[in-house]
Amino acid sequence: MSAEAGHGPRLRDLLAPPARRRLDELTAEISATPSAVATRFPAAARLVARGPVRPGDPSGLLGPTLEDLVRLVLLEALRDALADVPGRLAQEVTALYRFGDSDEKRAVLRALDRLDIGETAHDLLGDALRSNDPRLVAAALGPGGHRHLDQAGWRHGVLKCLFLEVPLAAVHRLAERADPELARMVGGFVVERVAAGRGVPADAWRVLGDHPPTVRALRAELRSPHADRRTAAELALAQRRDV
Amino acid sequence: MRIFDPHIHMTSRTTDDYEAMYSAGVRAVVEPAFWLGQPRTNPGSFLDYFDGLVGWERFRAARFGIRHHCALALNPKEANDPRCADVLDVLPRYLAKDGVVAVGEIGFDSMTAAEEEAFARQLDMAVAADLPVLVHTPHRDKAAGTRRTLDLVAASGIAPERVLVDHLNETTVDIVAASGCWMGFSIYPDTKMDEYRMVRILAEHGLDRILVNSAADWGRSDPLKTARTGRAMLDHGFDSDDVDRVLWRNPVEFFGQSGRLLLDDVAPDTGATFAGNSVLRGGGE
Ligand SMILES: [Zn+2]
Repeated sequence: MSAEAGHGPRLRDLLAPPARRRLDELTAEISATPSAVATRFPAAARLVARGPVRPGDPSGLLGPTLEDLVRLVLLEALRDALADVPGRLAQEVTALYRFGDSDEKRAVLRALDRLDIGETAHDLLGDALRSNDPRLVAAALGPGGHRHLDQAGWRHGVLKCLFLEVPLAAVHRLAERADPELARMVGGFVVERVAAGRGVPADAWRVLGDHPPTVRALRAELRSPHADRRTAAELALAQRRDV
Repeated sequence: MRIFDPHIHMTSRTTDDYEAMYSAGVRAVVEPAFWLGQPRTNPGSFLDYFDGLVGWERFRAARFGIRHHCALALNPKEANDPRCADVLDVLPRYLAKDGVVAVGEIGFDSMTAAEEEAFARQLDMAVAADLPVLVHTPHRDKAAGTRRTLDLVAASGIAPERVLVDHLNETTVDIVAASGCWMGFSIYPDTKMDEYRMVRILAEHGLDRILVNSAADWGRSDPLKTARTGRAMLDHGFDSDDVDRVLWRNPVEFFGQSGRLLLDDVAPDTGATFAGNSVLRGGGE
């Protein structure tokens, strides 16, 4: 599920021999001429392979797609080729992201934990988290976001996932990194939704657990004079038992 | 009647147009990058436009059952503004993308030195990106512009069968036919070229290497002119296979040279979003 799936050997097993050969050619080309990445990175899905890695994740919300993994290999080749040129890797990764379509941007985000590009990674993740594109937001909370986002930015990213209905399974090491401040923010979101008589994503409870202030507020909503709010509170509390 | 409109600026059209096009049989289009009416003043304006052509517009078309491809380039008119020229440094990145099926529109507007330089440089880019080329011929001094166009194409070394010379009429069709390039005709609601004159040209020249488009944009134009030309062909006595050849198989053959047409079945649906925005719901958050 996480970027561990992105290691070269694993991808090679997923590729048919001709695709494997084309990937080797592209990697060799970028190692010899790093600037070739500008046109090879966008063309990589067409030239090598594309599609889901896991049948349960057709659009690559929870983890990398085949083309993400192909592009990761190209970025690792670029990283190694530019190891002696300070700043150059960050510059090219920024350009690949800026001029990338959604698929290319997602691949850059998913590779950020493998690239030592300092502040640049933080900037690209910030751009992704400002978008309303569920696939970019999900990718920004993968291993790259885990490594490069500060705690405040990471919490807002998790909350944005709930807003965009991105499953929290997309968030790398959620349980480990979740803190009381995140629970407070998610609790506020849940209570606000119920007060509007609206549904709550079940995944919210993965962060909340039995967060007492939230549970208390929802129990109070069970006695609301408004039927829609009572119903929303019942449904939300029932979801909590199911998680 | 299945229709591939090989030159239409959908960015300037509404979802009503997409619906009407779908009911008339349009299933695929190519949208060449061009002037927006209001001049751009910097490369960033082009890049945001290119992003829209490979992203949002492709998504919007798919919502109505139409496959959207694009051709990208610095257009002839704006090649004259030195503030825009740097877009050519970034263009190769965009030419590498999926669904980009040609370099275009390039060519001449006023036949200046700057236009010629951008034209020649982008012909080289097309060869490097292994893409065909869509060339616009000027509205003023069209015959001279078309001859100069064919000279530049010959000098560039690109194969003529990978070049589409567009907006032709009775006075320019013969020299393009002789060059081996493909011949494009834009059918307008006014006098530039109409569907009946188009049928006459087809009757005289045959159907080889001929493409018909609406070139519909933000000006007075009609996105259904391809369908109307098809009906005019049938009225004249062409059969439905002839119509299919001109309105579908010819554009597929020309742009298929890119290896990047996206013609697997697409049906309209109602739930998807692009970057969080849905066309059918009409907007963002
Ligand atoms: Zn045009």
